[in-house]
Amino acid sequence: MEAFTKLNGMACPLPLSSVDTDQLIPARFMKRSRAEGYGGFLLHDLRFDEAGAPRPDFPLNAPERAGAQVIVARRNFGSGSSREAAVYALVDYGIRCVIAPSFGDIFASNAVNNGLLPAKVTEADGESLIAALEDGAHDMLVDLEDCRIVVGNLSVPFTVDPVWRTKLLNGWDDIDLTMSQADAIKAFVAADVQARPWAMPRRGG
Amino acid sequence: MALVAGPRALFDKVWDAHVVVQREDGQNLLWIDRHFLHEGSFHAFDKLKGRGAEVARPDLTFGIEDHYVPTRVRDLAKIDPAIRDMIERLRGNASRHHLKLFGLDDPGQGIVHVVGPEQGLTLPGLTIVCGDSHTATHGAFGALAFGIGASEVAHVLMTQTLWQKRPKRMRINVDGKLAPGIVAKDIALSIIAAIGADGAAGHAMEYAGSSVRALSMEGRLTLCNLSIEAGGRCGMVAPDETTIAYLRGRPFAPQGADFDRAAADWLALASDADAVFDKEVSLDGSGIAPIVTWGTSPEDALPITMAVPDPDKAGDPGRAAHIRDAIDYMGLKPGQKLTDIRVDRIFIGSCTNSRIEDMRAAAAVLAGRKAQVPGLVSPGSAQVKRQAEEEGLDRIFTAAGLEWVDSGCSMCVGMNGDLVAPGERCASTTNRNFRGRQGPGSRTHLMSPAMAAAAAVTGHLTDMRPLLKGRN
Ligand code: SF4
Repeated sequence: MEAFTKLNGMACPLPLSSVDTDQLIPARFMKRSRAEGYGGFLLHDLRFDEAGAPRPDFPLNAPERAGAQVIVARRNFGSGSSREAAVYALVDYGIRCVIAPSFGDIFASNAVNNGLLPAKVTEADGESLIAALEDGAHDMLVDLEDCRIVVGNLSVPFTVDPVWRTKLLNGWDDIDLTMSQADAIKAFVAADVQARPWAMPRRGG
Repeated sequence: MALVAGPRALFDKVWDAHVVVQREDGQNLLWIDRHFLHEGSFHAFDKLKGRGAEVARPDLTFGIEDHYVPTRVRDLAKIDPAIRDMIERLRGNASRHHLKLFGLDDPGQGIVHVVGPEQGLTLPGLTIVCGDSHTATHGAFGALAFGIGASEVAHVLMTQTLWQKRPKRMRINVDGKLAPGIVAKDIALSIIAAIGADGAAGHAMEYAGSSVRALSMEGRLTLCNLSIEAGGRCGMVAPDETTIAYLRGRPFAPQGADFDRAAADWLALASDADAVFDKEVSLDGSGIAPIVTWGTSPEDALPITMAVPDPDKAGDPGRAAHIRDAIDYMGLKPGQKLTDIRVDRIFIGSCTNSRIEDMRAAAAVLAGRKAQVPGLVSPGSAQVKRQAEEEGLDRIFTAAGLEWVDSGCSMCVGMNGDLVAPGERCASTTNRNFRGRQGPGSRTHLMSPAMAAAAAVTGHLTDMRPLLKGRN
């Protein structure tokens, strides 16, 4: 996984609350293999009209936001379905950080597992960032070491779970870490069979 | 292993029993007792293949065909090849890794969150995960159950464990006798409306109080199912005699003396009397009315006797913007009475409301009446279907003009092609009224099965209480 330390990139305001994962990627696209790339499906039904033409008033479609790497949205971003494809769509589109006052829990952990930073800000700071972008700002600095976001003269703090922060800073993958615990797992299982004999599904059930 | 000194909540007791490793930074490696997979698991299996890894514990891993299965024709040769491919990929992965699969032909097939409990795979005190956010449903038994993403599914497949940070604890107390016709769906939507769709984010929820105790297992499953719509990591109800009675004799549950030993352990899981919660919310159960949603988030819920809100009267600008966007998408006007909203179709089904009690509640309203609009009724499992047919409920539905089909996720998410057409409005017993959830451009109103049945009978959103007068 690619490490995340500092990002200096184009930001796009998305002044919507509860952008759920059904919006981030509608279910009908989820049959595709990841190798095909999911970026084209990101926010598909908000970005495109019924005929498939880009909606000119949708923020990500603004020509000056082309190549956006950061999205600033309102509360409850990524609520809903656990589909990791929602994160694939963001990442494949080129987004590396989403800033919002609150996130769906499963979405946020999926994000971290794919190197995408879910940065939490207060509602007031979120509104200030959106206002700054809507006033014409483009570039945003997201510094994960300092947990700070800078756009123009505006500088606001953000929070992210410390464990997730470490994981992102180092680009760590959980599996290797877990494999190194094989002995602890073995010991747990041996004791657990005694403690909770009923926890095994009855054979031939 | 008691990791918390002093009184513990139900959640803590289950969590503590599963900690394999506790890291200084607060991350815990948890043992996972049950892992359910559906067709969407192919991304995770691709990761496994990429690493050349095997499934660590096939005996604790169960596949279920539900998200993409056809509900009208079961013959895969007759369905969209792209959908068939999804089902066949799961079959391929299950057979390659020797996993028990509840396939279309299995008498136990159904929606994963209906099948787990029905088969006795879901038990109190277990950790249960599935790549599906409504896994919280299984918490109705006092299991610690939560949805995970594909990377985590791959991790569980390879190690039967998962790194997790202990969430905060939140207790929802609902006390009082529910009014006649009021069901778990009304309680759940009332809670979400009160605390918001992210009100329980980062929290493990426990539902307590006399109204919850009085619910059947079916009702508790509905309640826990909707935990994720309040943002909760999981939702739990402490095991009691209702739980034990439900589980006795289930195929995968312990039997005989083993069961009695288990039952004693399960009853001891209830939160200690002086357990402390990070957040507590209380609701008066006796004051709950039938609830419907009007907007595009489950928090957009109101009693059926009320009207569509006016964005100009909403306190903060974010909320006002949401209301404006939502009613624009839904094709509604501020101040419009909820009972004046006409519907184009109804759907009764999904892991929220497709169990036998739900079928009975809908049939009680529909018996001897005709539906004014088309509708689909999809039982939650093949077993629910058989039982409903034995009770003659299917004939009530079809006599009313509704379609009675096979089990699957169906019109909850439309992956199998059961879609609500663009612009159409559906009264639905599902859990998500998101934009386009039931198909591009679809408009969804969430409600209980009896309320969906009432909407079918009148053609608009309707208070079902008068329709139940003199029945039951
Ligand atoms: S019925 Fe709907 S919510 Fe439930 S598991 Fe299926 S798709 Fe998910």
